[in-house]
Amino acid sequence: MCLGVPMKVVSKRGDKAEVKSGETKREINIALLKDVGIGDYVIVHAGFAIEKINKERARETLEILREMQP
Amino acid sequence: MKYIDEYRNFKLADKLSRRIHKLVDGDSRNYNFMEVCGTHTNTFFKFGLRSLLPKNIQLISGPGCPVCVTDTSYIDNSIRLAGLKDIIITTFGDMMQVPGSHSSLYEERAKGCDIRIVYSSLDALEIAGHNPSREIVFLAVGFETTAPTIGIAILEAKRRNIKNFFIYSAHKLIPPALKQLSEDSDICIDGFILPAHVSAIIGRDAYDFLKEFNIPAVIAGFEPLDMLQGIAMLLNQLKHGKPKIEIQYDRVVKRKGNKKAQDILKKVFAVSDAEWRGLGNIPRSGLKLRRQFRNFDAENYFKIKSPRPPLKDKKSCLCGEILKGKNVPEDCRLFARVCTPENPKGPCMVSSEGSCSIYYKYKT
Repeated sequence: MCLGVPMKVVSKRGDKAEVKSGETKREINIALLKDVGIGDYVIVHAGFAIEKINKERARETLEILREMQP
Repeated sequence: MKYIDEYRNFKLADKLSRRIHKLVDGDSRNYNFMEVCGTHTNTFFKFGLRSLLPKNIQLISGPGCPVCVTDTSYIDNSIRLAGLKDIIITTFGDMMQVPGSHSSLYEERAKGCDIRIVYSSLDALEIAGHNPSREIVFLAVGFETTAPTIGIAILEAKRRNIKNFFIYSAHKLIPPALKQLSEDSDICIDGFILPAHVSAIIGRDAYDFLKEFNIPAVIAGFEPLDMLQGIAMLLNQLKHGKPKIEIQYDRVVKRKGNKKAQDILKKVFAVSDAEWRGLGNIPRSGLKLRRQFRNFDAENYFKIKSPRPPLKDKKSCLCGEILKGKNVPEDCRLFARVCTPENPKGPCMVSSEGSCSIYYKYKT
């Protein structure tokens, strides 16, 4: 139930946006977020975007893991 | 798939696994970490993370499966509503097979009741718009991740002056349940792996009450690297000092959470006591529609009453104990014998995020 999928915003109009992940495209509602732009990645849950992915933080997490000594 | 595949990288998982092994090297003690959310349980099994962890780290499944903790009387009431004239019941898919006292929504649909699975509460609202002579009830089940989405549907229903749309709320809040678990002296939890997307909404600061219990906690994402990094962070906390609440999933979760979503929650819902299957009544752990939205409240409109005292589960069903982390599915006499995904006896087997369903899928 907590499941949310990262999807990319490809177009938007008012409170609606079209998002894409791989071959899956879907129309969702973005009313729970303040400013969503084309190219943003959002977490999609039950037909809504519930949060934006912070690309910088995402990159940093992977960098930390890559540089980590086991 | 971007922002998914990178967090499933096996080389990095292996590195984290070795780091975790190093952290507990030489320890004779056991570590019991509770992963609150069913989605974490699923990741743990789906990606075979058990094999990457040392034997003395045990993961316990918690009550973070909203379908699993929905009590029997809610299902019975939903079935009763389904039988009323001109009603359309709309619901998320995983509620369909949850057993009530005598039947399930799935069985009732087979008998001819109009029960429809929807992906979003807005879909239910559309059905109401297209069927003005019918009354549409949406079964609003979910935690803080889902409740704001229903809040938007209610506001939209009010804006469009829709008269035939109702929600029957079973919404629940995670922090009060965690508080109750932390207070239970029977449970031995060395750390919490906190839910990713509930936390995206409520923020890290919502868990500050855990400081009182000195239990380390990490908000971890749902991908394998997220969980492994989260476990490493818990171990670091235990070894190097004061327990705190950390965010591993910082690409999504903020300290203050999603304020707009929180405002929607406050605007549409009021906090109430709630009955959790397996945990009993937890004060101020549920959400009900505020008075100004009572026209959309199915409980009000259809005069739904819950039985007092609440109905008890079938005797041998261990779902309650499993949700508290006191037992694992294999401890239940019904598991995989009488209780299977095709013939579930309790909610933990029905929901795709229920412990029993996941154990059954990945262990047999």
